[in-house]
Amino acid sequence: MRGRKRLSSWLAAVPAALMLCGTAYAETVARYGISMADIPLTTGQPDRGAGAYQFTGHTIYDPLIAWEANVGDRPGKLVPGLATAWEVDPTDQKKWIFTIRDGVKFHDGSDFNADAVIWNLDKVLDSKSPQFDAKQAAQVVPRIPSIASYRKLDGNKVEITTKAVDALFPYQLPWFLISSPAQFEAVGRDWNKFASTPSGTGPFKLDKLVPRERAELVKNDAYWDANRKAQTDRIVLLPIPDAMTRANALLTGQVDIIETPPPDVLPQLKGNGFKIVQNVTPHVWPYHFSTQEGSPWTDVRVRKAANMAVDRDSVVALLSGLATPAKGQVDATSPWFGKPEFDIKYDPEAAKALMKEAGYSPEKPLKAKVIIAQGGTGQMLSLPMNEFVQQSLAEVGIDVTFEVVELENLYLHWRAGAKNEMNAGKDITAINLGYVTADPFYALTRFAYSGYVAPKGVNWGGYANPKVDEAIEKIQTTFDTKQQDELLAFVHQNMVDDALMLWVVHDVNPHALSPKVEKFTQAQHWFQDLTTIGMGSDKK
Amino acid sequence: MLAYMLKRVLYTIPIALGVTVVSFALVHLAPGDALNAIAPADAPEEVINALREAYGLDRPLIVQYALWLLHAVQGDLGTSIATGRPVVGEVLKAVGNTLLLAGVAALIGVVIGCILGAVAGYYHGSLLDRMATGSSVIGVSIPHYWLGLVLTICLSIWLPLFPAMGAGPGGSSAWQWDWAHMRYLVLPALTLAVIPMGIITRTVRALVSDTLQQEFVTALQARGLSSRRIFLHVVKNTAPTVLAVAGLQVGYLMGGSILVETVFAWPGTGFLLNAAIFQRDMPLLQGTILVLCMFFVVLNLLVDILQPLIDPRMGRA
Repeated sequence: MRGRKRLSSWLAAVPAALMLCGTAYAETVARYGISMADIPLTTGQPDRGAGAYQFTGHTIYDPLIAWEANVGDRPGKLVPGLATAWEVDPTDQKKWIFTIRDGVKFHDGSDFNADAVIWNLDKVLDSKSPQFDAKQAAQVVPRIPSIASYRKLDGNKVEITTKAVDALFPYQLPWFLISSPAQFEAVGRDWNKFASTPSGTGPFKLDKLVPRERAELVKNDAYWDANRKAQTDRIVLLPIPDAMTRANALLTGQVDIIETPPPDVLPQLKGNGFKIVQNVTPHVWPYHFSTQEGSPWTDVRVRKAANMAVDRDSVVALLSGLATPAKGQVDATSPWFGKPEFDIKYDPEAAKALMKEAGYSPEKPLKAKVIIAQGGTGQMLSLPMNEFVQQSLAEVGIDVTFEVVELENLYLHWRAGAKNEMNAGKDITAINLGYVTADPFYALTRFAYSGYVAPKGVNWGGYANPKVDEAIEKIQTTFDTKQQDELLAFVHQNMVDDALMLWVVHDVNPHALSPKVEKFTQAQHWFQDLTTIGMGSDKK
Repeated sequence: MLAYMLKRVLYTIPIALGVTVVSFALVHLAPGDALNAIAPADAPEEVINALREAYGLDRPLIVQYALWLLHAVQGDLGTSIATGRPVVGEVLKAVGNTLLLAGVAALIGVVIGCILGAVAGYYHGSLLDRMATGSSVIGVSIPHYWLGLVLTICLSIWLPLFPAMGAGPGGSSAWQWDWAHMRYLVLPALTLAVIPMGIITRTVRALVSDTLQQEFVTALQARGLSSRRIFLHVVKNTAPTVLAVAGLQVGYLMGGSILVETVFAWPGTGFLLNAAIFQRDMPLLQGTILVLCMFFVVLNLLVDILQPLIDPRMGRA
């Protein structure tokens, strides 16, 4: 009898022991509902804009210089990636010398070295090289415009020469990602095959790719950076372009994390124990004015009045708190904000006074046409927000009408510039386009330098201020980061004082997390670091 | 009969050619640039021009069309600008997923529509008729995407019976015919079935009610045939028209509903078209539209061929 009892208690212990073993070796999985309609390119340079880099860019691959994205309490900075150090040649400031990291291997087991860097530069810059890929080139060439030439120096050094002295050049390199030359050869020099079995040096490897449906990333246990080892074994990326569908998928437990939850659903998500995380994000939602001859915005008093006519707190409320009021092109906490004299705030009386000075009033309004998108990435709640701004401007004597187009079409109008017939011919004198403001070029210089007036660049409205031009030219030859920041702050405060745009709000890049997600650091950037996602009770 | 069928097949050739012209022209008439699919918004002019040349988009439109048609008749619909993947593969995979969804939705819509329509027509003017007609009007009028969202809220969130989105726990490529996978079909199929159900209900109701008033039915009744036998005669007389209407509805379902597939993240043709439209991925858009149109043409051809088999008078006409 005692023997039978002992046997039965041993048998009873077996399932429990199996469960314990199962738990110890279970894989942690995070299912991530992303807002894109397809998985971005997996060959090295992702398509679908800056937001795509966090999914198939900085997960599978590494850049030479990385952007610190695993901190949330302060803006990230440039940190060593596959280059351990970089310096400008003191005898010729167009030459940058990169020291290449030793001991790093690609996912396929081949060595990363200086030859791989040159091979990858050829991949996007030398159309005659066998590995040249027009699709990857299209993504990255506009983001690394300064590179003139490059060569390998010795075993672990690479020299890149810029077209002109460019102290901001390192900011371009987080966009340039390194793919494995050996894997390219192994798949028969075919980038389409490489896309299914990619190989980089990043913290994740691609385990499964079903176009338009899912990509499964698994932890790279041999990752070289101990500070950036993945905290989750597997991340499943699921493209769910409709915001409401993403929220429903989260509510029903089909996914564990989603980006950009719809504002209307926030109370329900919070009420059901889901966590909403957001942070300062390098993004601004502005009206970019034309200052070309004939534009109604040439008078700075009108531009300032427009900035004072909008109650930004109400816009934030309209977005259920998923935005912060803008006081300039960059957030007020940015080292590039400076000390503008023009304090952007809601002051309709001051706005009316300025309009009166300029010869306008609500009875005799200034008329202007603004081109806007009906929606799309970075445009937030485009139509309601534009209607709010339209009403606000009407109250101080600015009568705005809209030309509404699709976002892809808006880009054409943007690239062409205000002076182009496409815009000037339709009396379009301002454009509403959400701008990424992640680095000095993207945030400031591309909009403020007179040398970048469209179509040469995206200084859409033709802004020209000699003091600003001088400062930007000086930045190009200033290699000290502190001095650079001071000069950038000078540029920014001039942009604000000249009211170059009507700045409304900054996005906060919200994410909604299921209670199962125990860790996630939201960086002050579009580049979120998926290695920081840590799952808790999903162990199976 | 053979001549009739041959004639129908020959008719499809100019229709198919017209379809290629329209599907090619439409996407080029729309504003926007195909290169938006790959070039970042701030890509400089020289990069855009180099890409235009690389993708052959700098050639005259007529040359682009001729080359596209030449490849299309050989089964090559080109390569997606955005992804670099062959369009044929992308479209066929999406068509497979939509077929699955449309097949189930069509089955629900046609079966329920025929039953409701027959009951309403048979009991013309009764409460049953009013209820069936009312439900068909609601079915035709209700916005798809709204119904999809309401069904999700009720049957996924409040009552967690069915998944809110997706095509199976492992995606459509791991599809299996078991309940774990088929439950993903329930909500999108129900949502999609509502319109064909409404249309077929109304069609069948009108046909049954009309047929019942015809003299041959009175003659059959006078000859003492049972109600069941008379009903079979009514069915036989209404079937060709119902078949034509059902064929069209299945064609519409095959086109995939952009809204329903987007609401349920179902990777079918509607989802694909949505992505292609917003990305201005013209080869993918042209290829998808062409394949869907050809589906319609083939489906109509099948209906045209089937109709005289059911009702020989049509073949003679």
